Amino acid sequence: MSADIDLSFSLNGEATRVEAPPAERLTKLLRERLGKTGTKVGCDAGDCGACTVLIDGDPVCACMTASAQVQGRSVTTIEGLSSNGTLSKLQQSMLHHGAAQCGICTPGMIVSAAALLEKTAKPSEDQVKDALGGVLCRCTGYRKIISAVMDASDFATAPLRSNSGAAVGARLNRVDGEAKVRGTEIFGADIGLDESLLIRVVRSPYHRASFTLGDLAHYVTSHPGVEAVLTADDIPGRNLFGVIPPFADQPVFAEGETRFRSEAVAAVVGTPAAIEALDLADFPVEWQELPHTLTPNEAMAESAPQLHASRPGNLMARGKVRCGDIDTGFSEAAAVVEGDFSTGYIEHAYIEPEAGMARRVEDRLEIEVCTQAPYMNRDEIAAILNVAPEQIRVMPTAVGGGFGSKLDLSTHPFLAIAAWRLGRPVRMVYTRTESMASTTKRHPSQITAKIAATREGKLCAMKFDGIFNTGAYASWGPTVANRVPVHASGPYRIPNYSAQAQGVHSNGPVSGAFRGFGVPQSAIAQESLFDELADKLAIDRLEFRINNALENGVPTVTGQVFDQGCGAKKCLETLRDRWQIARDRAASFNADPGNSGRRRGVGLSGLWYGCGNTSLPNPSTIHVGLQRDGRIVLFNGAVDIGQGANTVIAQICADAVGLPIETMDFVNDDTDLTSDAGKTSASRQTFISGKAAFLAGQNLREKLLRFANVASEARLSLEGNDLVASDEDGTHRIALSGLESDDKGFVAMGEGTFDPPTSPLDENGQGEPYAAYGYGAQMTELEVDEALGTIKLLKLTAVHDVGRAINPTLIEGQIEGGSAQGIGLALMEEFIPGRSENLHDYLIPTFGDIPQIESVILEEPDLHGPFGAKGLGEHVLVATAPAILNAIRDATGASIRNLPATPDKVRAAILAVQKKQVSNGSS
Amino acid sequence: MGEFSRPTRLDDALQSLEQGSWRILAGGTDFYPAQGDQPISESLLDLTAIPELRGISKTATGWRLGGLTTWTDVIETALPAAFDGLKAAAREVGSIQIQNSGTLAGNICNASPAADGVPPLLTLNAEIELAYPGGNRRLPLGDFITGVRKTDRHSDELVSALHIPDIAPEGRSSFLKLGARRYLVISIAMVAVVIVPDKNGKIIDARIAVGSCSPVAQRLKRLEERLIGQTAAQGLSARVVADDVIGLTPINDVRGTSEYRMDVAEELVKRALEKVATPEDEAR
Repeated sequence: MSADIDLSFSLNGEATRVEAPPAERLTKLLRERLGKTGTKVGCDAGDCGACTVLIDGDPVCACMTASAQVQGRSVTTIEGLSSNGTLSKLQQSMLHHGAAQCGICTPGMIVSAAALLEKTAKPSEDQVKDALGGVLCRCTGYRKIISAVMDASDFATAPLRSNSGAAVGARLNRVDGEAKVRGTEIFGADIGLDESLLIRVVRSPYHRASFTLGDLAHYVTSHPGVEAVLTADDIPGRNLFGVIPPFADQPVFAEGETRFRSEAVAAVVGTPAAIEALDLADFPVEWQELPHTLTPNEAMAESAPQLHASRPGNLMARGKVRCGDIDTGFSEAAAVVEGDFSTGYIEHAYIEPEAGMARRVEDRLEIEVCTQAPYMNRDEIAAILNVAPEQIRVMPTAVGGGFGSKLDLSTHPFLAIAAWRLGRPVRMVYTRTESMASTTKRHPSQITAKIAATREGKLCAMKFDGIFNTGAYASWGPTVANRVPVHASGPYRIPNYSAQAQGVHSNGPVSGAFRGFGVPQSAIAQESLFDELADKLAIDRLEFRINNALENGVPTVTGQVFDQGCGAKKCLETLRDRWQIARDRAASFNADPGNSGRRRGVGLSGLWYGCGNTSLPNPSTIHVGLQRDGRIVLFNGAVDIGQGANTVIAQICADAVGLPIETMDFVNDDTDLTSDAGKTSASRQTFISGKAAFLAGQNLREKLLRFANVASEARLSLEGNDLVASDEDGTHRIALSGLESDDKGFVAMGEGTFDPPTSPLDENGQGEPYAAYGYGAQMTELEVDEALGTIKLLKLTAVHDVGRAINPTLIEGQIEGGSAQGIGLALMEEFIPGRSENLHDYLIPTFGDIPQIESVILEEPDLHGPFGAKGLGEHVLVATAPAILNAIRDATGASIRNLPATPDKVRAAILAVQKKQVSNGSS
Repeated sequence: MGEFSRPTRLDDALQSLEQGSWRILAGGTDFYPAQGDQPISESLLDLTAIPELRGISKTATGWRLGGLTTWTDVIETALPAAFDGLKAAAREVGSIQIQNSGTLAGNICNASPAADGVPPLLTLNAEIELAYPGGNRRLPLGDFITGVRKTDRHSDELVSALHIPDIAPEGRSSFLKLGARRYLVISIAMVAVVIVPDKNGKIIDARIAVGSCSPVAQRLKRLEERLIGQTAAQGLSARVVADDVIGLTPINDVRGTSEYRMDVAEELVKRALEKVATPEDEAR
């Protein structure tokens, strides 16, 4: 890079002078030289828009702007959009609408919207989409952002406040939302910028290879500023990690052979200047490419390379569920349908690449990273460093989207080993390509299913075989193998059922957890075949599903019978009127000759999803205390990755205590300060940690009632340093300063732990895998352009039984965001290792790809959940893709069974249908 | 370590090009994505401070679009209807962020088969003006782009402008882009059309270009000839035959199969013709 130049420009209205290399990306200038970390970096390629800033009022991507080009101009970042600390109307509107979930795209959205509103105060929906279309969001599904921007110019709604006991059910603003709309939220890449060494990882360019490292000592001495090269030899403990301890199989640094493209073999640590100047092409490593497999079919061949000695045939794990007798079941059938279905690797594509920092503090290590699972990370890092878990402190930063992939270790071991070895703070930020190439994916699936029903339309048998490509290492593969057979029936009664799923290793990327653990894939097969089955029996597709839906008292395929809490049938029934109206609407459109070439269709899908781990303990513990100063402090270790756990858990706890949420302060996610609330996965935080928060709140309330010696129904309030309790006998005022307190100033501490009751599955998969399921049903209306094979989504209707909607705005956010990911799965997403390791070849939905979404919230309370609440996060996604595929078939007769349904595949399927019609002599 | 130069006069830029080896930088929307996390080793010649390279102006024989003209400049400038296709393409370039930075010359010199600007510029018979120390030369856009990521630009030249010859005021144009999502998308196929009807509605000039379906976007000459003398009205697309797109050589890639691209190229040509033959105000 060329010599620094002296730049002067206006930054957020202030004259600014700075020395910088002229070709340095403006993002780096703003973030690292000027401390404006509100401008985010998601891709460094103009594909995500997270780095949008205004130059002379016009939005541009700072990542593609040479610093020299701002000379003499006016630059506005998110930090310049709130005046004197007051949120702008746009920021208030974003907060109110729940338009910021994780918050990583929020600065780019707000900056882009500010430019639009400057020109157009009351923009139309299309104007908002056009103006913000260059910014990707993976959490929200965009709808709430559109509403927020349209409402912004005259936004004047004061934030809702919670009254005592009325937080649950209220549309409260996120408790952590203000930092997100200000751009002051601290993510993994926003810390340690001025004190840390940097790390870059050397990774395999081949799907499988052997390698030899050269003279590393010479490499260090010949690169000034490089402090160390770390390899497997530098690992103090075991060179192994994995989220499920019995399956831990992944090395931090490969030894001798790499098993997938982008696997790490070494890490270079040095000063930022030295590391940024590195061209890893001259790193001393010799590669020898080896034969590889990328699909289960290849990997199961006799001659295939074996990935792990302990797993012959590359079989990682198998799961099964059996009930009744499928032969008998099929013999009773009036109609049978079957089919093969497949999906590819799906990338999580959160906008925040993995990042963090670590520092050694004497014999302890502190690590701040974006993560969904601080305690699991802690234990894995401890084993790698060969120290006690208590010597590791995991302090999660804000998480810019996770969706399952940030459960696994990514940057953590490199940070930990470097900080531990060198005794200096270190940081690292994955590039977009590194993030996409090296972290986990959704499992590719190959599914064969056969389903039968009687003349009366009762399901009588289902056989399901799923092969899941788990990639080079196990990660969450065993969970997928277990969850899929349990869920592959959908929320329906199937008396004779045999389902198995196996995870098979290949040299593809590691498949891990991704919103739904294999269930979205299995639902595609099951729900697609349901439509064909209903058609064969000439039964309405919705009535067919209603007729077979689970309800209280009806056993699941694992033999579990719920006597409460099952809303499956109600969700489907809720769609009845809408289904009829939508069908009629599509039929009249299709009957109009003026619409020739365009066909509209309506598709359905039911869904269910078990909340929490499958037949395994997964407790959460929450604490909440009252300080002498009259403030409640909630100690919450349930990581908020954008879904809203910080808010939901606070709402639940506040009502359990009986005090308004405004009396609360929060200590979140720190393994030194908060108890283990498990991982943010399996749709368990509202259900399990929420229940723990409820119990903690109750526990604190009991103690407070005892102080005042009042009955349980007494009303509590905090007035200054006094606790005030009112009941029939009058008002009791207790001076908190007069009470004993612990060394941290707490006069009372409540604790709650919850582990949902489950039972193990027997050899036939029979048992009670979950204390509760959540249920739902979705309907998609769309239009197919038959000549181009393109799909225009018109409307999604999503009915979800959430037990109790703790915060309806956040529920809608989950529904809209999950649906958006389902749209991507159905229509455009497929990760190809080595080919689509960026956000312009790997496509996720943009502003223009998400239709209107009608969320219908159903509340069938579950007795285990807090205030009856169940999980929702993963559920949504399960139904979206099948409903889209069913709508395409409804419109055109074309069945897409190999996803994604890209325009070329849809067009080919339509041509195949037309050809068949011609050969059948029909039209 | 490379140098960085940001001249304010074209002559200075050309002098630099004559004296050394430079990578030219303008909007940065292709340069930075390709750079990834590699350190910049080349010397960069940043043209963005040269005012004479930016802007759209009327000349005696047509229009001059400075090489640094951005897509937003194209959208915001009042231009004849024959430029509507170019404007539509400009709106489809990536995103507003990219339209604000990305330049016409950059789009052309990057020479991607999927460059959104190339098909409409081909239908406008754009000529490239290449400046070099002491002079300049012009050549048709179709001759300038010679292959995938290849152009006829010499190392001491830069694209100083595009020249669009005058088109009769009756000229109309359209542009269609097909992608797998709405925004921020690289096209699977795209079609640009310009037609010029006479006062009786008979077509006297027709230009059709298809992008993303061959290494360099192509004009469909046979179809263009066949359209001469036809009436510019609804049903014009009936003149299209499958053989019209036979010269295209689309590839199979993540965005679509070659078979599909051939198929939709023909369909898009028909639609673009209908669109241009039936202006909005006359459409039903």
